[in-house]
Amino acid sequence: MIEVENLTKKYGNARGINDVTFTVEKGEILGFLGPNGAGKTTTMRIITCFMPATSGKARVAGFDVFEDSLEVRKRIGYLPESVPLYTDMQVPVYLEFVGGLKGVDRRDIKRRVGQIIDDCGLNAVTKKYIGELSKGYRQRVGLAQALINDPEVLILDEPTIGLDPKQIIEIRSLIKGLGGRRTVILSTHILPEVSMTCQRVIIINEGRLVAVDTPQNLTAQLQKSQQIIVRIGGPEKEVLSEVGKINNVSRVAIKENGTDGVNTYLVEFKKDSDGGKDIPPVIVRKNWALYEMRPIGMSLEDIFIKLVTEEKIH
Amino acid sequence: MLVACCSLLIIMKNFFLIFQKEFRSYFNSPIAFVVITIFLILSGYFFHGIFLNFSTISFQVATNAILARQNNQLNVTEMVVRPFFDIISMVMLIMLPMLTMRMFSEEKKSGTIELLLTYPVKDSEVILGKFAGCMGIFTIMVLLTVPCFILIGLFGEPELGVVLSGYVGLFCMGAAFISLGIFASSITENQIIAAVLSFASLLIFLMMGYSASFASESLGNVLKYLSFMPHMYNSFAKGVLDTEDIIYYVLFTLFCIFLNMRSLESKKWRG
Repeated sequence: MIEVENLTKKYGNARGINDVTFTVEKGEILGFLGPNGAGKTTTMRIITCFMPATSGKARVAGFDVFEDSLEVRKRIGYLPESVPLYTDMQVPVYLEFVGGLKGVDRRDIKRRVGQIIDDCGLNAVTKKYIGELSKGYRQRVGLAQALINDPEVLILDEPTIGLDPKQIIEIRSLIKGLGGRRTVILSTHILPEVSMTCQRVIIINEGRLVAVDTPQNLTAQLQKSQQIIVRIGGPEKEVLSEVGKINNVSRVAIKENGTDGVNTYLVEFKKDSDGGKDIPPVIVRKNWALYEMRPIGMSLEDIFIKLVTEEKIH
Repeated sequence: MLVACCSLLIIMKNFFLIFQKEFRSYFNSPIAFVVITIFLILSGYFFHGIFLNFSTISFQVATNAILARQNNQLNVTEMVVRPFFDIISMVMLIMLPMLTMRMFSEEKKSGTIELLLTYPVKDSEVILGKFAGCMGIFTIMVLLTVPCFILIGLFGEPELGVVLSGYVGLFCMGAAFISLGIFASSITENQIIAAVLSFASLLIFLMMGYSASFASESLGNVLKYLSFMPHMYNSFAKGVLDTEDIIYYVLFTLFCIFLNMRSLESKKWRG
């Protein structure tokens, strides 16, 4: 649905983005992840035809963003980061205006606006001017204007920024509900958001693409070793030496000293080994008490920081 | 043919939507009311002065035989209608930049231009829609001066032709002022700068004719032709509808709209 090839954008001598290539399939929700100033907004602005790229190509639904700009723009719903709206218009009037511009049929527009107002939970503010609305409602109006013509592609630049937790959950579930029918690109620097809503993640840093994959695959790839946390009630020294003797264990350390000899240990296994299963038999044999045992997966935060800092070293 | 008609209708639709939005937004804020009221107060004040002056002279002439011989051309069209059109155009020069200054600069500052330009709308539709919205307010503003002429008609006999051609002139001039003002607002995101730019350039275009007397003959002619002055005060305000003057204003307006389109486009390239 969206194909981006070797996209580069320069602002004078400063680089906005550099040689970015990725594709998004129809019906997919893609998370666009990166620190501030990494080039997320620039990429989105190019895809939405707001600015052309210095070099490279971007296509939406087979139309080039530069050659067939109007065709692309008909198929896109865009919510910029700052949610710029006309503050001197009433909510339904504004949505009718946008709907008209985006090609919603004139006879259909009232019904469509009513429907989108329902969908985005704007019923309470239909009499108000946009300038009077709170940040959360503005965000919803922004989302409503992006959705008004039922576009195939949605591009949302940090859609949950500045919202309260309840609103964030609502907006996320709204976005999640959009997947399947529509292709969504969602930029954010809030990491849990990506693992909750997106099927695939692109990590971008300093204008460069750092990784493209599913959140699960990224975790699996980057984890150099498998770590397990075990809470065992038993003599400290003995536990350390016995667990250390287990096959493939590379390191055992006390993570937390507990009371009554119950300590929390961190056991590190070599990569690709399934060592966890060998721990309980040792405990049983020694007649210690096992209170807890769980693997630690790498969170998206760890991946992100790892990728972004690795990138900096080069 | 059918396709052409349909595409024309679609183009018209976007243009009309933007026109409607711009026109309404003037009334959603106090801008339209303030600008129109002040325009009417200023032009009404000057009208009062001109008309009173004329009636005083008429009275003096009527009671003094010597004066009557000197002023045998006491003409209401020459002495009230023409100066009044001059004054209206001067007041327009002050008020119209106030209407146009926000057109693009406000959209740039608030970022709404980013959404507007990512809708399936052509730049030309946006510019023409805004232009038409502003022309709408201007039309209301100028038509509200009609009662002044009715008043002149009650007490004298102004030539209807001169009044009508004067209005045509005002519209042409207004279109030129507005297109220049919108262009000025498209090159900055600061409304004050947009207003100052359009004031300054309108004044220069108005006064350019004066410097013609200091320049060489050929340059002087060019300057004179480029100035607003000879295209209003020597023609429309005299009741002359010359195609040369109409073409001057149409070209001026089109050129500003063209520059405006380029400036929007360059904004895209520069990011």
